Amino acid sequence: MTKKFESTDNYIATDDLALAVNAAITLGRPLLIKGEPGTGKTQLAEEVARSLAAPLYRWHIKSTTKAQQGLYEYDAVSRLRDSQLGDEKVHDIANYIIKGKLWEAFEEEQLSVLLIDEIDKADIEFPNDLLLEIDKMEFHVYETRETIVAKHRPLVIITSNNEKELPDAFLRRCFFHYIKFPDAETMQKIVEVHYPSIKKDLLAAALNAFFAIREVQGIKKKPSTSELLDWLKLLLADEIPADALHADESGSIIPKLHGALLKNEQDVHLFERLVFLNKRKQ
Amino acid sequence: MLIELLFRLRNARIPVSITEYLAMLDGLNQGVANYSIDDFYHFARLCLIKDERHFDRFDKVFGDYVNGLHNLFDEVIGDIPEEWLRMEAERLFSEEEKKEIEALGGWDKIMDTLRERMEEQKGRHQGGSKWIGTGGTSPFGAYGYNPAGVRIGQKSGRQGRAIKVWDKREYKNLDSERELGTRNFKMALRKLRRFAREGAQDQFDLNGTIDATARNAGLLDIKMAAERRNAIKVLLLFDVGGSMDYHVAVSEELFSAARSEFKHLEYYYFHNFVYEKLWKDNRRRHNETVSTDEFIRTYAADYRVIIVGDATMSPYEITAPGGSVEHWNEEAGAVWINRILEKFPHAAWLNPEPAAYWSRVPSVKITHELMQERMYGLTVDGIGKAIDGLKRKH
Repeated sequence: MTKKFESTDNYIATDDLALAVNAAITLGRPLLIKGEPGTGKTQLAEEVARSLAAPLYRWHIKSTTKAQQGLYEYDAVSRLRDSQLGDEKVHDIANYIIKGKLWEAFEEEQLSVLLIDEIDKADIEFPNDLLLEIDKMEFHVYETRETIVAKHRPLVIITSNNEKELPDAFLRRCFFHYIKFPDAETMQKIVEVHYPSIKKDLLAAALNAFFAIREVQGIKKKPSTSELLDWLKLLLADEIPADALHADESGSIIPKLHGALLKNEQDVHLFERLVFLNKRKQ
Repeated sequence: MLIELLFRLRNARIPVSITEYLAMLDGLNQGVANYSIDDFYHFARLCLIKDERHFDRFDKVFGDYVNGLHNLFDEVIGDIPEEWLRMEAERLFSEEEKKEIEALGGWDKIMDTLRERMEEQKGRHQGGSKWIGTGGTSPFGAYGYNPAGVRIGQKSGRQGRAIKVWDKREYKNLDSERELGTRNFKMALRKLRRFAREGAQDQFDLNGTIDATARNAGLLDIKMAAERRNAIKVLLLFDVGGSMDYHVAVSEELFSAARSEFKHLEYYYFHNFVYEKLWKDNRRRHNETVSTDEFIRTYAADYRVIIVGDATMSPYEITAPGGSVEHWNEEAGAVWINRILEKFPHAAWLNPEPAAYWSRVPSVKITHELMQERMYGLTVDGIGKAIDGLKRKH
């Protein structure tokens, strides 16, 4: 192994995450990533690819995605059409084999990164259908009778939002890493990477307000890292001074532009009710 | 050595298999995470644990395991030289802290007590945790001073931090004691399937295509159809708290089996008997409730209702207004269950208590009658019978 993955200039990877990625590269095993929404699961693959200068193949999974589509698809319909129109192409079946993302990644001569995004969206049998392909990094094309073997084992990064349980046999072949929500210190680093020119006091005030909102009991959708970054962008664009975020300035703890943080009207109501109660207490 | 970690994990009911263990050894062989306990912790977790719900249990086992290794270290190395401890302490304590130590009777006295305490602790905690002062009451604990901590500090700062990672047990509330033996339940529930085509049309419809192509004078006309899916919809109502605490495990098994089996599954909780309110989250049961009226309005009559509860209570809790043990209910539980059964003709009650006891408990008998004899045991067999009942057309 020559290259190692570390934090880049726009992505902060904790030590354990970097270790997970590097171990997955060394041992050639897929890496399954879970975590709260908005903790940068999908972005991880992009950053790994960028920092290792490896090509990235993205396979976004939907509820209708089939495992076969990642390998290849035989377009029987256009072949039938071509035959009706007397096209010469029709004699070679290989003309109608459409390569999937897995195949494309397998053809890469160097290390590549294959992102299988949101695997839990797919049918419950989907992971089982990919067992052998992920394990041996090869598959058989029935129509042309050839076996495709990966020239260089790609780093497979799989993300999941926990909507479905994944089968044990599949899990056994993966490394598993859970991205936990960053603590205040890591969060500060993340923000600094995204907005290097942000003022210290504004950042401190904003982080305080952000973690306070996350602590509020009963909030349905806790704001995540990506929401914090959006909110900071708004604050910067509006040139809001740091002291406008302080609780006791105006007697209200509703932060400015909180719509970027709270995405659910019930949460906003709950929050406003709490603010109201707080005011009455004072 | 590492084999023991594997078996300890299995004893803690973490599903680890040989595949994962070999993968870990392979990684260690290739030098992915050697020479640092911190890296080893993360790497072992990466290889062996496949679900964040098991992180907490892993942290516990790993903590015990590593502490065991430290005890081993003690036996080999023996006592820590006092001089060394003192030097280390000089470095660690601030001036104020040193003054406080003086106030407590001076350094030597503290060291004496510490040595005594260590002797005592060796006697008492054989093989257990050997951290002195984590209790927080001894003078040593007050300064965060324990021999183990200092000793680790000597080797490298990072290790001291790593110990904290698993001692913090950050994943505590992710651990759900979920039983893995849900397969039998799944098989029983599987019988409750009714396939129907719905959703996106993404499957090739051969018959439709042949038909359309023929009508099209032989020019291809593709027809697609939606995939067949299990169209059964299920509402699960769980009794929680009180006497149901003894049946938590079996209820959880049923719940987890049902969740993976049905695409349309909604669940609600109640306490003892259904009254005017149900809730979805037990922690917020007093604030966030759903009125049973709304529940009846929301779901279509083709939902199958499965109620899980032991139905063991005072008969008044079912038959009389105001009979609830928790609040004043305007209308009796019997009224509410009848309303539910009226809306949802397909219903069954699963009772975790053995069927032999049912006839002896009046409230169970009443419930059985209210359910029109559709109470079944919460066993694989009982679920099978309940499913047969739910499949029947009314």
